[in-house]
Amino acid sequence: MSTPTTKPGPPLWLLLELTYRCPLHCVFCYNPVEFARTEAELDTAEWIRVIREARSLGAVQLGLSGGEPMLRDDLEEITAEAHRLGYYTNLITSGVGLTEARVGALKAAGLDHIQLSFQDSTRELNDFLSHTRTFELKERVAQLIKAHGYPMVLNCVLHRLNIDHIEAIIEMADRLGAEYLELANTQYYSWAHVNRDHLLPSKAQLEAAEKTVNAWRERSGGRMRIFFVVPDYYETRPKRCMNGWGSTFMAITPDGTALPCHTAKMLPGLPFPNVRSTSLREIWFDSEGFNRFRGTGWMKEPCASCDEREKDFGGCHCQAYLLANDPYMADPVCSKSPHHHVVTEATARAQTPSAVPEKPLIYRGPKESLLLSRGNDG
Amino acid sequence: MNTVADTARPAIGRGFRLQWEAAQNAHVLLYPEGMVKLNASAGEILRRCDGVRTVTEIVADLEKAFGKTGLASDVNAFMLMAVGKGWLEIAA
Repeated sequence: MSTPTTKPGPPLWLLLELTYRCPLHCVFCYNPVEFARTEAELDTAEWIRVIREARSLGAVQLGLSGGEPMLRDDLEEITAEAHRLGYYTNLITSGVGLTEARVGALKAAGLDHIQLSFQDSTRELNDFLSHTRTFELKERVAQLIKAHGYPMVLNCVLHRLNIDHIEAIIEMADRLGAEYLELANTQYYSWAHVNRDHLLPSKAQLEAAEKTVNAWRERSGGRMRIFFVVPDYYETRPKRCMNGWGSTFMAITPDGTALPCHTAKMLPGLPFPNVRSTSLREIWFDSEGFNRFRGTGWMKEPCASCDEREKDFGGCHCQAYLLANDPYMADPVCSKSPHHHVVTEATARAQTPSAVPEKPLIYRGPKESLLLSRGNDG
Repeated sequence: MNTVADTARPAIGRGFRLQWEAAQNAHVLLYPEGMVKLNASAGEILRRCDGVRTVTEIVADLEKAFGKTGLASDVNAFMLMAVGKGWLEIAA
């Protein structure tokens, strides 16, 4: 039985992954490892139907993401319709393709907000990690964003290879006039999971980074707000993933698959409907995929009798699947999980500064995607 | 600042948007990747903050609309909190 006892609220936050195409090749990308096997992207009319249906269910926040959403030349058209419908529209971009003309057109279409991602503050490492030469472009784009009256919101994914540069990252963000800087450590799914041993920072690195962030907050008197997020591998309780499965969030992948979280498609045996054949109302309220982990009825021990089960809902099912091979288990980040040792073994390995992982660092790309997902051909 | 001047003309802060959401039966404030669901009185105050009306005019309008008097201090306290959160801006 997976029918929830109470009717869920509206899907307030809708994320459109407009394309998996991307000029970057980030080693921590959360797009599925097998992205290159995805079917054709939804067309303009299909995306517009999706946002209309979701809006009528009560969706208010719209994320326009990817891949790199600037690769869709109908981004302005989708944005204009979203604005007309009353969404608060957020563009999540690497900045590649965000020219003066397109920023102007997006502004005219009613785009509310732009979040620009950086890999690092130093060009060498930025280009190494994203496998392309984009740093100077991002600097230009940051200036364009400001010039069009948008708040400057920078996002830099942290990990073992760049976290020691955190002071330079903060200074760069401040120089660019950032009002918000999100320094979130990598979450270990998809490409980041493949590359985890390269990316998981040591405890000492994390503590030093946090100290730098706090010192900067004190010095700067709040002219730039910094959000610093530690990797959950160093926690003893899991995150309240997606604010609860099927409670708030719906993602639509480029081919129209509707998901309750960015990475849920990896879960075996869980069918997720496609917007090409199913209405969003039916998907949100009636589909097996969205109902499966709603509430607490699905839980096994130790979650079922845990007094924190309503607080974190057992954490992340994808992490339970990746680390314990069972999405019904407690998230192994939890110290009560019988699989918690998998997490502590990974963090233990990360404490050795000179440890060289056995596997090479793998860049996200179509060729690598096909190779890594070869076993999934059936 | 411990009060909002009576002559100030508060407006919804940059990056925030106020709108009525039928699905939630409430006014909400939207901002990047977030939302505040407002209670009825907060919604009634904020929807009058158009950058044109003064605090005095807003209080008068609220008192007239709801048949009450003596709302000034509550409204001012709310506006002060809202300015602190960036929901409202006072043009210089």
